[in-house]
Amino acid sequence: MESAMNFFIENRDAVFIFVLAVFVGFEVIGHVPSILHTPLMSGSNALSGICIIGGIIVMGTASGDDIAAMILGFFAVVFGTYNVVGGFVVTDRMLEMFKKKPKEGKSKK
Amino acid sequence: MEFLLEISYLVATVFFIICLKMLSSPETARKGNVIGGIGMAMAVVATMFLYKSPEGKTVGNYIWIIAAMAVGTVTGLLSAKKVKMTAMPQMVAIFNGMGGACSALIGLVEFPGSLDDPSKTVGLSAIFASIIVGSVTFSGSLIAYAKLNGNIKKDIRLPYYNVLNTLLIIVILGLMVCLLLHNIDNPPPWIYLLTVISLIYGVLFVFPIGGADMPVVIAWLNSLSGIAAMFAGYIYGNLGMIVCGILVGASGIILTVAMCNAMNRSLVNVFFTAFGGGGGRGSGSTITDKTVKEISMSDSAVLLYYSKSVVMVPGYGLAVAQAQHALHELETLLEKNGVDVTYAIHPVAGRMPGHMNVLLAEAKVEYDKLIEMDTINPRFPNTDVVIVVGANDVVNPAANTDPSSPIYGMPILEVNKAGKVIVIKRSMAAGYAGIENHLFYDTKTSMLFGDAKKVISGLAEEVKKF
Repeated sequence: MESAMNFFIENRDAVFIFVLAVFVGFEVIGHVPSILHTPLMSGSNALSGICIIGGIIVMGTASGDDIAAMILGFFAVVFGTYNVVGGFVVTDRMLEMFKKKPKEGKSKK
Repeated sequence: MEFLLEISYLVATVFFIICLKMLSSPETARKGNVIGGIGMAMAVVATMFLYKSPEGKTVGNYIWIIAAMAVGTVTGLLSAKKVKMTAMPQMVAIFNGMGGACSALIGLVEFPGSLDDPSKTVGLSAIFASIIVGSVTFSGSLIAYAKLNGNIKKDIRLPYYNVLNTLLIIVILGLMVCLLLHNIDNPPPWIYLLTVISLIYGVLFVFPIGGADMPVVIAWLNSLSGIAAMFAGYIYGNLGMIVCGILVGASGIILTVAMCNAMNRSLVNVFFTAFGGGGGRGSGSTITDKTVKEISMSDSAVLLYYSKSVVMVPGYGLAVAQAQHALHELETLLEKNGVDVTYAIHPVAGRMPGHMNVLLAEAKVEYDKLIEMDTINPRFPNTDVVIVVGANDVVNPAANTDPSSPIYGMPILEVNKAGKVIVIKRSMAAGYAGIENHLFYDTKTSMLFGDAKKVISGLAEEVKKF
């Protein structure tokens, strides 16, 4: 129990950020119309490619003779980039189709 | 330097939030997506040129990083540009898997440096968590891909798969705790074992889940890929990664819950009970003494032409038959003749959340004609004709009336309240859930048998003649 309390005190900022971000996430996305579920998913999917940053750090700070780290890091960056680029492009492709506005005078709010 | 880096992450995070916010309205969604992309580019560039590790190391190996990014960009662009809209669920599954793999790899590279330092327990648990969640996301997504793509047709269920999967989770967590408490000499082999077990768990987790539940699985894997990125972020204490990962995780969970609600099933039920395969579900009352009524193409065309309001109910069968464009043509023709035509979209129509909307949008159907279930249901009593194409379980009134039916309680499109229902169908075969549909035997319902694309094009031809 005491260690749990210590953990919380020591990592207070991280815990706060976690809880607040969860709320922001729920709030921001809570009312998406189902028409946009697929683009929302592929869009947020592209965002999950943020792990590419970790890949860059891994590769960037590995010493050149650490072959294992270099190879794994290389793949991490490839996968992350694939996720980010593919995700954003495919979302844009879908949203482009949604963009076509209906005939004049029929606009919704 | 560090100041600039953190500021870039902060701005990127704000962009991500704006991106998600704007993605929730059709008017702003496209711009929102671009903003998200800009935020991501900013975070990446800032990391490349401003990052400094706690030991004071800056980022090097630029050639290799850029080479890797080039490979990822080219392959990502190609697949994103080439993919068909019907194959979108598979594509998203692959993207999820790659994100998960990325997080798992980061964990695998980072663990050797953290093992000897007991003060790094938090970092070490983040490493293990990112390996575990990343691996599960990766292998689970690959299986989801194979299932959606038709490479795996059966829902493979090992005997006692629920027990087996639970055991695997216990093994994974136990191994992680032992490693954290430094109870294990020479940890590296055990960490690889942890990775392998996590990969196996991902496979076994998705294998038994039936095709009808795929929207839930995809949404869940999406959430997991975000959670994996969050853990990877905790390895470095990188706020950009942490917050972004949480946002994705939260959005994935919202969609998962929305999908579960749309099927009136709990998350536990989807993950631990195979649909239609036991779990105490009955098969519903069977219909033996009733017959269906058929209608001819020309009669249907007359009926449509002279009605005031028509609602189309498309299901995944429509996409399989590639009949979206024909349906849009029919809609345009009817509209020209003063018939009010809308589409009723069930939340789980298609193979992923919102899939049907994308498929119809691709056929240039205007998005304000795509009506959600809760809005359209009260309108059915004032609708003259409903055309059901390639949908089955989502219009089965048994969900409202027959407590013995496996889908009892699932929210449905109440098409049986409309004046007339025309069901376009290949044969009398049951739907995905394998349940008899009482709607077909309703006196209001007429069946129009045939291939969806041919039938709808035929209807359009008939309407043109008037």
